[in-house]
Amino acid sequence: MTNPISINEVPVNPEIIQDEYLIYKKPSTLTDKPFHYCPGCGHSTVHKLLMELVEEIGIQSDIIGVAPVGCSVFAYDYMDIDMQEAAHGRALAVATGVRRMLPDKYVFTYQGDGDLAAIGTAETIHAANRGENILCIFINNGVYGMTSGQMAPTTLAGMVSTTSPFGRDVKTQGYPLKIGELLSLLPGVAYVTRQSVHTPTNVRKTKKALKQALEYQKQGLGFCMVEVVSNCPSNWKMTPLESLKFVEEKMIPFYPLGDLKVPGGK
Amino acid sequence: MGELKLMKGNEALAEALIRSGCDGYFGYPITPQSEVIEYLSREATARTGMVVLQAESEVASINMIYGAAATGRRVATTSSSPGISLMQEGISYIAGAELPCLVVNVVRGGPGLGTIQPSQADYFQATKGGGHGDYHLLVLAPYNVQEMVDFVKLGFELGEKYRNPVMILADGAMGQMMEKVELFEQQTRKTSFADWATNGKPKDKERRIITSLFIEPERMEQVNLNLQAKYKAMQENEVRYQTMNTDDAEYILTGFGLGSRIAMKVMELAREKGIKVGLIRPQTVYPFPYQVYKDIAPKVKGILDIEMNAGQMVEDVRLAVGDKTRVEFYGRMGGIIAEPDEVFNYFEKVFLGDK
Repeated sequence: MTNPISINEVPVNPEIIQDEYLIYKKPSTLTDKPFHYCPGCGHSTVHKLLMELVEEIGIQSDIIGVAPVGCSVFAYDYMDIDMQEAAHGRALAVATGVRRMLPDKYVFTYQGDGDLAAIGTAETIHAANRGENILCIFINNGVYGMTSGQMAPTTLAGMVSTTSPFGRDVKTQGYPLKIGELLSLLPGVAYVTRQSVHTPTNVRKTKKALKQALEYQKQGLGFCMVEVVSNCPSNWKMTPLESLKFVEEKMIPFYPLGDLKVPGGK
Repeated sequence: MGELKLMKGNEALAEALIRSGCDGYFGYPITPQSEVIEYLSREATARTGMVVLQAESEVASINMIYGAAATGRRVATTSSSPGISLMQEGISYIAGAELPCLVVNVVRGGPGLGTIQPSQADYFQATKGGGHGDYHLLVLAPYNVQEMVDFVKLGFELGEKYRNPVMILADGAMGQMMEKVELFEQQTRKTSFADWATNGKPKDKERRIITSLFIEPERMEQVNLNLQAKYKAMQENEVRYQTMNTDDAEYILTGFGLGSRIAMKVMELAREKGIKVGLIRPQTVYPFPYQVYKDIAPKVKGILDIEMNAGQMVEDVRLAVGDKTRVEFYGRMGGIIAEPDEVFNYFEKVFLGDK
């Protein structure tokens, strides 16, 4: 096998490097460190969308992020902003501390389903119920990724994981938890939306939702959650393409996309 | 002379939090220290703008402390033994991320749900770890309401000096009893913050990351070595203790907090009978004043340590004196406070023999 060539070694014609030809670039708010995420994983996409917004809105100096424990534990390696690493499940308690000390800044947490919907359920519900003016970005791929494929609270019924090797049996292992629907019942919650990043259209919608949530935070409307139904090719034992198909055919029917709560009621 | 007041320990501590320019308090009610959050809820925000938030659990409150401390602000939480057990995960992360903050434990009897009566049974937890990993809190042990006030101010200063969590290891008696206290002046809240604080990335400067995660073993070991160097500096610079009547003493009574108060009364009883008894009272139980015990051990016939537990600090006393003198222990558990008479009788029995 030949070594892959570095991007810097790709021959380019200097004449075409002009602003008017620029159609895509990495946001300056993402560091140069290559993502550790598996090929095809949705995390990198959501990281990029968030950092694009930080650049576009111009809030690099005004935003503090809280990383979870899980695959995105190293989120702070990639996001070129002030960040804190929380204990497993505690990101929204940590973010509450930040929010209360820095009422004029943007504050977000970035959490997976194990972190937010299992070990951190109490912190999640109470931060939402207090109406903390925080953006919670919730990546739901129905599996514990970092610990390599155990059942999550969001694992679909019948879905195989390393701790539900015969498929999740809801009678003994409980039902998949729809945390978005749960939170949308709370009066302190301003905005809950469920999006995905499995197609270019959905990527654009997710970016729009994140932008909307940051706008609501600026207005001080309260707790916002953008849930992103995502994939996990490695732990689902699928190719990236198969995993996107699984999102479309299995995940989204159970976790339907769209707004669950918007300011002013729905 | 500062303002003099007659105050309950918990309320005096709460007043000291406000006066020390504390920016935020995050707590959860638990007996015997709920007066702290009640007092702060009434007084703090109107007077200084300090944030007071009742969390959903001690797990949440200590993690709120983590987030708030990481912005460089002065923050504190208070609880009692079962609540402090719940906080151990967060305290370990705070120690690992080197965040200054104040954690107050108004200790009650354990284990388990235990009792709401005063106890000193959390000494090991406070001084030897409690959470996971090689870390230490700087631990101050007040013996009266005045020190419940003074140690708040000192605790914040030491925490910020060393970027380390500080614990005030009190007990139910310190929290509930009323005494005269001299209050220090109101301090203004900070307006500038440390370089490491995550307040929003400064333009043209590196971003700040608050974490206790260092996945490469070499880096993790270096972080640990830095922590150990910090603890060594605390041992060299921050040991605090009080001695009484040690010059001519043939016996030493010792104890921290409530135990030392009982020891003082026992010392009086002994001195009335012409027995030359002195006293050592650690004010910092981490770092522990090993040297003062080591120095006095060859000069005395014995040391009696008095604690409201099964014998915890006595292990440090024994470590300090080795075989240079006899070390005896008297303790009561379960929320019972030893009477000076019973301790004196025990002292006579073990050191002077039955007469």
